[in-house]
Amino acid sequence: MHGLINRAIQRFVTDTYGEEAWQRVARAAELGFTDFEAMLIYEAVMTQRVLDAVCDDLEKPCAEVLEDLGTYLVSHPNVEALRRLLRFGGVDFTEFLHSLNDLPDRARLAVSDLDLPELELREHAHDRFSLTVSAPQDGFGHVMMGVLRTLADDYGALVYLEHKGGPRGREVIDITLIEAGFAEGRHFDLAARVG
Amino acid sequence: MQQSAAMIPVFDQLCPMHVLLDTTGHVVHAGPTLQKLRPDAPLASLRFLELFELQRPRAVRSMEELLASSGMKLHLRFRDAPPTDLKGVLMPLPGGEGAIVNLSFGISILDAVGDYKLTSADFAATDLTIEMLYLVEAKSAAMEASRMLNQKLQGAKIAAEEQAYTDTLTGLKNRRAMDHVLGRLIAGERPFALMHIDLDFFKAVNDTLGHAAGDHVLQHVARIMVEETRAADTVARVGGDEFVILFDGLTGRGVLDRVARRIIGQLEKPIPFDGQRCKISASCGTALSSDYDTPEAERMMADADLALYASKRRGRACHTFWSRDLAEEAQATLPPACRGDAAHVPPPRQ
Repeated sequence: MHGLINRAIQRFVTDTYGEEAWQRVARAAELGFTDFEAMLIYEAVMTQRVLDAVCDDLEKPCAEVLEDLGTYLVSHPNVEALRRLLRFGGVDFTEFLHSLNDLPDRARLAVSDLDLPELELREHAHDRFSLTVSAPQDGFGHVMMGVLRTLADDYGALVYLEHKGGPRGREVIDITLIEAGFAEGRHFDLAARVG
Repeated sequence: MQQSAAMIPVFDQLCPMHVLLDTTGHVVHAGPTLQKLRPDAPLASLRFLELFELQRPRAVRSMEELLASSGMKLHLRFRDAPPTDLKGVLMPLPGGEGAIVNLSFGISILDAVGDYKLTSADFAATDLTIEMLYLVEAKSAAMEASRMLNQKLQGAKIAAEEQAYTDTLTGLKNRRAMDHVLGRLIAGERPFALMHIDLDFFKAVNDTLGHAAGDHVLQHVARIMVEETRAADTVARVGGDEFVILFDGLTGRGVLDRVARRIIGQLEKPIPFDGQRCKISASCGTALSSDYDTPEAERMMADADLALYASKRRGRACHTFWSRDLAEEAQATLPPACRGDAAHVPPPRQ
């Protein structure tokens, strides 16, 4: 698994539950080191061991932890860059949803060896969508639940999300757009803050 | 102009940074994004060449000259602040009604999005600008992550190198480091002295008071040698109780002899350890680079060693310079491997 993904999990644990919690997780997962490097590749089993250790440590179901991770990724100031990159996808939530189809390719433009799960958006009606998340490992769908829920807020849209599960390696999320302009949303400035 | 007036909503949508010019070169209409760059005053009715400075092609002063540049890539700059650079292309309108100029930011877009608070809606749907901004940010983030990793690896490399050149017990340089510095001094054709120091009675300390006392003594010795030499000199532990000091730029016999005597004098002061007093001394031998036509590392080490033997034979606790006489004398009298103390001492830890 790409270091960026492992590193994201580490930062989520550190920023949300503290350095101590991460140290416990790293020990329990028997990593043999404490810090993931964003630009190195690690074995997939390591990621699984870390996630299991996080769920054990927090005493929370895995789906909940993964959704919190998704929320963290697009809302915590320490990882603001990611929210910005996703917001480039579209001027409103619907356009953003459609941009998800391109997300793995966009990610590869920046980091050529980063394989994100395949995302496929289907539009069933102007306010009804489904997103299929396909990856060798299950769980990305729950992360996407957190990402979608938080970015809907970011765009000021009111949505209803449902994780439908699916066969191994494929998770389906039902998305109902209740109101596109429900709230003000967060400001998005094209100009990047340097730093 | 009526026909082009009807086209304005089309142009606004397709090229939101266009300008329509009349036959005299005055702005008839500016696209919404271009107008957004100068929000305080309408651009319409201003003279195009007063609004922009044409940087390429140069020397365009009239509408006729402007029309003559039709189809060419224009490089322009706002005359007032902020002086954003723009690229453009001008085409004459059919029927000699004037011209249309389509403008875009080139690389100046990176500043422009900040200067003008531009949003996605300010760009045509087909414009790749947003994708470019996305790439700039994504690449910068990825580069930053790579940079952090490189920095970390660089730090680890320096630490590893440091460790590879350090004797961990004493903090002095080790044999490898000494060889390295010696090679550098010779290659740089610098004058220098190589002093070989061997502790006397160290084995007795080790045998009677234990290894902890031995370690303590070695650390104490290291401290003295560093204190008695200059920062530019290299102090290395090259064997269990053997040390080499390389004096960079120093070949004066008087000075070197004084340094050696001072070191011996300091080493002979009893070293307290755990209620006991450890007593040692040292013998020194020095070879000077100035004694050779072309100094060689191995030869100088062997000669300093020879001088050290001579000190031992003279009853220890003294210092001897290598000389040709000494070499001949040694050839005649010295049996090989007659060293007393160096046998059973711990090797330096790497």
